[in-house]
Amino acid sequence: MSATSGPLHGERPRMGWLSRAMSSRSTKRFTANRPAVVGVVVLMTLVLLALLGDSVAPYPPNSQNLDETFLAPFSSGHLLGTDNLGRDVLSRLIAADRVALFAAATAVVVAMVVGIPLGFIAAYFGGWVDVVVQRATDALQSMPPLMLAIALLGAVGPGLTNAMIVIGLVFSPAFLRLVRASVLEIMSEPYIEASRSIGTPALRLVLTRILPNALPPVLVQVSIVMGIALIAEASLSLLGLGVSPPDASWGLMISQGYNFLYQQPWLVVLPGITLALAVLALNLVGDGLRDSVGRGGDTGGDR
Amino acid sequence: MRRLIARRLLATIPVLFLVSLLAFSLIQLVPGDPAVTLAGDSPTDDQIEAIRSQLGLDQPILQQYVTWVGSLLSGDFGESLFSSQPVTEAIAQRLPATLSITLGALVVAIVLGIPLGVVAGAQHGRWPDRVSSLLSSTSLAAPSYVVGLILIIVFATQLQILPPSGYIPLGEGFGPWLQHLILPSIALGLVPAAILARQLRSALVGVLALDYTRTAVAKGLPQRVVLLKHALRNAAIPGVTALGTQMAVVIGSTVVIEQIFGIQGLGALAYNAALQRDLPVIQGVVLVSALGVQVINLGVDVLYGWLNPKLRQA
Repeated sequence: MSATSGPLHGERPRMGWLSRAMSSRSTKRFTANRPAVVGVVVLMTLVLLALLGDSVAPYPPNSQNLDETFLAPFSSGHLLGTDNLGRDVLSRLIAADRVALFAAATAVVVAMVVGIPLGFIAAYFGGWVDVVVQRATDALQSMPPLMLAIALLGAVGPGLTNAMIVIGLVFSPAFLRLVRASVLEIMSEPYIEASRSIGTPALRLVLTRILPNALPPVLVQVSIVMGIALIAEASLSLLGLGVSPPDASWGLMISQGYNFLYQQPWLVVLPGITLALAVLALNLVGDGLRDSVGRGGDTGGDR
Repeated sequence: MRRLIARRLLATIPVLFLVSLLAFSLIQLVPGDPAVTLAGDSPTDDQIEAIRSQLGLDQPILQQYVTWVGSLLSGDFGESLFSSQPVTEAIAQRLPATLSITLGALVVAIVLGIPLGVVAGAQHGRWPDRVSSLLSSTSLAAPSYVVGLILIIVFATQLQILPPSGYIPLGEGFGPWLQHLILPSIALGLVPAAILARQLRSALVGVLALDYTRTAVAKGLPQRVVLLKHALRNAAIPGVTALGTQMAVVIGSTVVIEQIFGIQGLGALAYNAALQRDLPVIQGVVLVSALGVQVINLGVDVLYGWLNPKLRQA
């Protein structure tokens, strides 16, 4: 026990999970993890670019200039070059950043809204409820994720909104399993037994004892699933089932660049690297959070 | 061992039942009147009715399901709404290409993942560990299609030593078959390799700290024997689990990889069917890929039994 440790035992359960996550020990452990800090910096940059968008982009993302097509990176006036229609690649990457972050965040929210309550219900009620939820999850997970997403999109029809809902559904087991496991673990703890034996009402037990302790690992899973969702969104847009032209998306930029692989390979490489960088940043943050929170999901467990 | 396999096979029945429910309900998810939507842009009434009766949509839903499952069990997956080709035939034509690149990915994952994980685990905390973890973090973040495109740019368009696309059946020669597999297999295999390496590393670090490995070293066994025979076998279980999950993911990724490498496999079939809303084909691919995942899981469990004899009786 060093000076950085938390308050005395008696006060512990009364602290909210957020304040505990922010308490000095976890924060210090996180900031001591250099890759995680780099990840946060990259993420903040991407979020800022998404928010500022048009005001920082050198050109409007869809403005064409047929006199200046296929410019290589570091050409005058176009830091990252231009595409087949003379559109500025940097400006399009920035516009796509907003689409990608918004889409991935939507998918994660869908996954959480579906997965967390079901995971909680399965663990809390147990019995046949648990069996049904578990078997349904097994079935969902026994299909290759991208194949399932494409099958669902084939049925409901393509488009970014549908794609995000579908991705959210496909990856909801990531939250379901995690919440189920941590709720089960917490419910076997002596302090829950103690709390129950002194007559704490069930709802209060759930809201103030179980949920606050089950949520920190979810935080880890958010950043990891977000990375997976980014890749999935780009995959579907690349296939023409997500974002549609002329809007910019990293996946769409890759598939458009694919047609000019011989003329200007950068058109594929640049959005690819940007996407990979964003996912890497999310994974590094996730790893850092897991190490500082103590438990959580697994990087790239399902993709 | 035989009992383990039998029990495992029995456990797949409820899962396959639920998968069949899911595949079946895809038609119910089609917005509006499925027969109208699926018939295309400006269908005639005859076309709509033809689809309605082909999919059995004019019958009560329970009967639809029973009829559908009945024909599935007799090997009839229906016909494509567009080409009228039987779905089983379409799948059988496409399966070898997808199996080839999936197995290729497995080979890449094992050949790269095991050495990287073992070196990182054995040299825990030193520079080989850092290099290995840097490599695996990078491969985890790079989507397979980005890796695939970069491989095409480097090895096919710049160096011109490997073909950029296409698939040659094994029957037309081992050399050409292998050549066309190398790039897509690497693109698909890097992520599972990275995950295998990570799992092996952390499991090895744990096992190497246990008493029995210390005893083995103390009684004079060479370190390499202790590492590869004693520690690795016990550390392999989480890696095998992760590899099993990853192979399912790899099958999903073939959808994109087959587009990029111009391979007419199962993924390409699913993709084209999704674009055309060719529901019977989509259902067929969903079922076959779920079956594939079950086979992989069975393989994983048999491997468990081999790695850890205690599980055979349990």
